[in-house]
Amino acid sequence: MADSNIILRTEKLVSGYGATTILHGASIAVREKRITTIIGPNGAGKSTLFRAVFGLLPAREGKIMFRGEDITGSAPRALLRRGLAYVPQGRNLFGELSVAENLELGGVSLGSLALTRQRMGAVFERFPALKLRAGAQASTLSGGEQKMLEVGRALLLEPKLLMIDEPSIGLSPKLVGDVFALLTGLRDTGVSVLMVEQNARAALAISDDALVLQQGRLALSGAASEILDHPEIGRLFLGGGLKRA
Amino acid sequence: MNAQGFKRLALAAILAVAILAPLGLKNYGVYLLSLWALYAIAAQGLNLTLGYAGQISLAQAAFFGIGAYISALATTAGMSFWLALPLAGLACFIIGALIGFPALRVQHHYLAFVTLGFNVLVFLVLRNEEWLTGGTYGVANIPRPALFGLSLGGPLAFYYLCLALLVLMTAMFWHIVRSPWGRAFAALRDNPERAASLGISIVTYTLLAFAIGSAAAGIAGAAFAPLVEYIDPTPFTLSLSLAFLLMVVVGGQGTLTGPFIGAALVTLLPEWLRWTEGYYLMVYALAVMVLMVVCPSGLTGLFDMARRRWERSP
Ligand SMILES: Nc1ncnc2c1ncn2[C@@H]1O[C@H](COP(=O)(O)OP(=O)(O)O)[C@@H](O)[C@H]1O
Ligand SMILES: [Mg+2]
Repeated sequence: MADSNIILRTEKLVSGYGATTILHGASIAVREKRITTIIGPNGAGKSTLFRAVFGLLPAREGKIMFRGEDITGSAPRALLRRGLAYVPQGRNLFGELSVAENLELGGVSLGSLALTRQRMGAVFERFPALKLRAGAQASTLSGGEQKMLEVGRALLLEPKLLMIDEPSIGLSPKLVGDVFALLTGLRDTGVSVLMVEQNARAALAISDDALVLQQGRLALSGAASEILDHPEIGRLFLGGGLKRA
Repeated sequence: MNAQGFKRLALAAILAVAILAPLGLKNYGVYLLSLWALYAIAAQGLNLTLGYAGQISLAQAAFFGIGAYISALATTAGMSFWLALPLAGLACFIIGALIGFPALRVQHHYLAFVTLGFNVLVFLVLRNEEWLTGGTYGVANIPRPALFGLSLGGPLAFYYLCLALLVLMTAMFWHIVRSPWGRAFAALRDNPERAASLGISIVTYTLLAFAIGSAAAGIAGAAFAPLVEYIDPTPFTLSLSLAFLLMVVVGGQGTLTGPFIGAALVTLLPEWLRWTEGYYLMVYALAVMVLMVVCPSGLTGLFDMARRRWERSP
């Protein structure tokens, strides 16, 4: 792959918590304007990889390149400013605040309320469902709408790459489809997406590329459709062929 | 009635009582009320540090003292009280930021230790640096201010000044805490990952909360000096810092009305329990312990519990 269209690259990244090493030299490459899904067994270090890339965990060894620049050791705030957004796993909203207030908080690092309001307008345009519920308490939204709000909030900083950890967790199959459709919509407007998913089959179906992480290392990478058909992957996860699982 | 309406009503009731209370009281009673208002301001500041930012400060008395000395020294040297008051607040804000910055960067519990040391240090400076603070002799003849030619020298007029300050500071804290930022802050505090993903620096905002909380103590102290008209280092020891902590915890940390109630108890209970003679501290400590066991969220938590039970009953 030519480096010019690689938006994120980690080289032999070593990281972990305290004295525990979780990532043992993980090297990944993520293409621009594509959806890339990371799959792998529980505890493989997928979330840890996100945290290390986003500057929440130190890179003990190795290098992280984002849009051609070395971002190893950069703080989250600096990364947000460079166009890297991160939506952690689970519920990230303030339930008792309104939809609009939740969005507004995503603009804190913009440092300007006027600019935040302007960007909020753009988010509402992209997601009319949020606009309709702008004054409602975030906790009253459906699970799918809540993810939409989290993504919308991340979009406030106009990221080039969105890292999203298990967006479908806890959602009904229909809502999973909605959330994935939202991500393909993002890609089609030029935002690169890197996601981690347990719901591997559905995620790979909408992805361009796939990375398989195992025990803190990249085990396999390729086109999502190839990985989907890969017999060994099927055996590794979900205890059978992915297609049949 | 919803919780929001209940809170408003509680605040309005406190204000009404605070306005009417001194009318039937002698000078000493009015003095105690003034002290209550100033303690409540300092307690509210600590409430922001403790209840919202989750940090223990043991230097609230030191900031109260710094504010008092700035006000005392400046006004006895001829400066207007109305200038000395914001100056005291600003100084405590800056000092708070300066000692909080290294402490908060190191570790969570570090602020408690640093502020403890700081309180001791401030006390020693107040006592030993005689050229500046008058040492154990203190500063005497602190003038009470006037407003638009109207003297606030009488006990009642001065009390209303303290009360006005309390109302202003409460409005400011209300604004901070009710803002989306304020409401999100407590939720983000315990989840650094979530905060970071929003580009919100918990350390920066914790420091800001601590500095604002310290400034509140400085402002309260600045009004304390003309209230007592003579200050020396003795009130500003660690035990007053602990008393402030007690006000916040007993009143109910993280609530807006808690500090009022806590300050009232800490100011008035010793007076009411005077008949127990030497035992009042024990009675007092016992009452606090019982409260903490029955309702760890403080007195406002107790009221909330009662209100909910009352609402549920047919
Ligand atoms: N905060 C943490 N502190 C210590 N160990 C952790 C922490 N979070 C995760 N781990 C450990 O790191 C390993 C990888 O976790 P994680 O990256 O969450 O896996 P995945 O997202 O692939 O399921 C697991 O063994 C897990 O127990
Ligand atoms: Mg995970």
